[in-house]
Amino acid sequence: MQRLVTTPNIDDQDGFYAELLAVHEGLDAAQSASLNARLILLLANHIGDRAALSAALREAMRSAVD
Amino acid sequence: MTRIFETPLYPYARAADQDAAAPVRHPVVVAGAGPVGLVAAIDLAQRGVPVVVLDENDRVSFGSRAICFAKRTLEILDRLGCGEEAVTRGVTWNTGRVFKGETEIYSFDLLPEEGHRRPAFVNLQQYTLEEILVRRLRDLAEAGAPVQLRGANSISAVGAHHDHVRLEVDTPEGPYSLQAGWLVACDGAGSPVRRMLGLDFPGRGFEDCFLIADVAMHSDLSTERRFWFDPPFNRGQSALLHRQPEGIWRIDLQIGPDIDREAEKAPERVIPRIRSMLGEEARFTLDWVSIYSFQCRRMERFRHGRVIFAGDAAHQVSPFGARGANSGIQDADNLGWKLAAVIAGGSERLLDSYNWERVLAADENILASTRSTDFISPRSAASRAFRDAVLDLAARHEFARPMVNSGRLSVPCIYDDGPLNGTDARGLPARTRPGAPACDAALDRKQGGGWLLDRLGGGFCLLAIDVDMPEENDLPAVRLTAKGAPTLAERWLGKADGAIYLIRPDQHIAARWTSWDGPAVAAALARAEARG
Repeated sequence: MQRLVTTPNIDDQDGFYAELLAVHEGLDAAQSASLNARLILLLANHIGDRAALSAALREAMRSAVD
Repeated sequence: MTRIFETPLYPYARAADQDAAAPVRHPVVVAGAGPVGLVAAIDLAQRGVPVVVLDENDRVSFGSRAICFAKRTLEILDRLGCGEEAVTRGVTWNTGRVFKGETEIYSFDLLPEEGHRRPAFVNLQQYTLEEILVRRLRDLAEAGAPVQLRGANSISAVGAHHDHVRLEVDTPEGPYSLQAGWLVACDGAGSPVRRMLGLDFPGRGFEDCFLIADVAMHSDLSTERRFWFDPPFNRGQSALLHRQPEGIWRIDLQIGPDIDREAEKAPERVIPRIRSMLGEEARFTLDWVSIYSFQCRRMERFRHGRVIFAGDAAHQVSPFGARGANSGIQDADNLGWKLAAVIAGGSERLLDSYNWERVLAADENILASTRSTDFISPRSAASRAFRDAVLDLAARHEFARPMVNSGRLSVPCIYDDGPLNGTDARGLPARTRPGAPACDAALDRKQGGGWLLDRLGGGFCLLAIDVDMPEENDLPAVRLTAKGAPTLAERWLGKADGAIYLIRPDQHIAARWTSWDGPAVAAALARAEARG
């Protein structure tokens, strides 16, 4: 099992961030939510590591309740 | 035409108990003659335990209700002498297809391997199964088994005592009293016995309503389970189509929350819905219609002193996955031999193991059915977004297809870490580990042919595969060889050269070894009988 990577791990951070925003361009809230859902599922399957996925969910949850 | 569920199958008849001066005591009374109560009664009767079944009705249930009976249930029915009839009268299926709109996005084969006597599922109307079971019960009674089925006998009061249960029973000729050594309550989700004892049934209900209809029609459609998300004939909702015997089809349409149930049940509302599903040219007649919303609930404990709950009386699930009747019948299968052993002087802790094992099974079923329900009927904007994303992706990507959840179909619970489990030996296959139901295998002609499960019988037994075992044993023994029998080797030996299994009367595995060890077998038997 791999630990959740929480140090910088993406080449071209700014480019990725801009690409992420670009796919949401022109979408309303519901369409964005659908896109995000598809994106999460695609990424989750790519990661595969069940423990890493749970760790990511816990981390994401922490911000929601802070 | 007089239908089977319109005919009194066990009409009221005055019992001698009603004229007795003092309440007559019976070792076991079963409340309810649905599939679970009848299976419990047949199992007990086959074990020679006197049993009285009380049912407030005098006929099988109205409408099809439960229709999908799983492989494990059929194997239990085999042991009870009615598996063959259930399979012959039912329609067999292994394949499920899932559609989004009009496009098929996923299909599954529930039994992708050979070497099982029984298929993954047969569809059979609940009333047909009940009729088969009532006839089996009657055949046993005629052959001298001490079993009675009393129609129009409605329990009106229950008094729980430390060594018996007192019952007040209403009949068309007035009330009478009975004493039961043990009361097995199989009286359904609304269990009057549970209510009379003031016991809770915690859980949750779901808001969405479903229209369930059985229609009679001719169709060339293959015998498969078909499930739609967002079909053109029921936009934004789900639909299910299933074949039953005798040209009857089950249709299940999600119709949403906050509906007028009576209005939706009217034929002038139902027929157009079904017509839009089946097409303008379809010729069909309505057989049975009901509207339901479902619940997932479980009693905290299934045993309360001398009252034992089984089936829907103890736990309730949503119908997606066919886990209601199947798990109820598996409850009865788990309970029968234990109750018979206790009545014969065995340890009452066996009944606590019933609670442990079947609570585990109920929780597994409730979890599976709740997850299916959350997928079919999303409860929030976020859960709907993810559900729709899965359906969307499933059309294009293989990874999302197994996430599509139109019901995870009933499989038996494995009692991992159960209180009756004994030794496990390293290297043997996971599927036949202690706590698992015995896995069937075809036996070749050299070993007499037939099926493994039919050899195991209904008591404790030892199964020895390519291992020497003393000729003289306290237990019946089945000796087989896996040489030239690859399925038997794969399912029961794995990489080992040989194995000995101790198998319980309900055909679950108690313990296993790779060589004979007399004292260890005796210790495992003691543990499996809750003497250890």
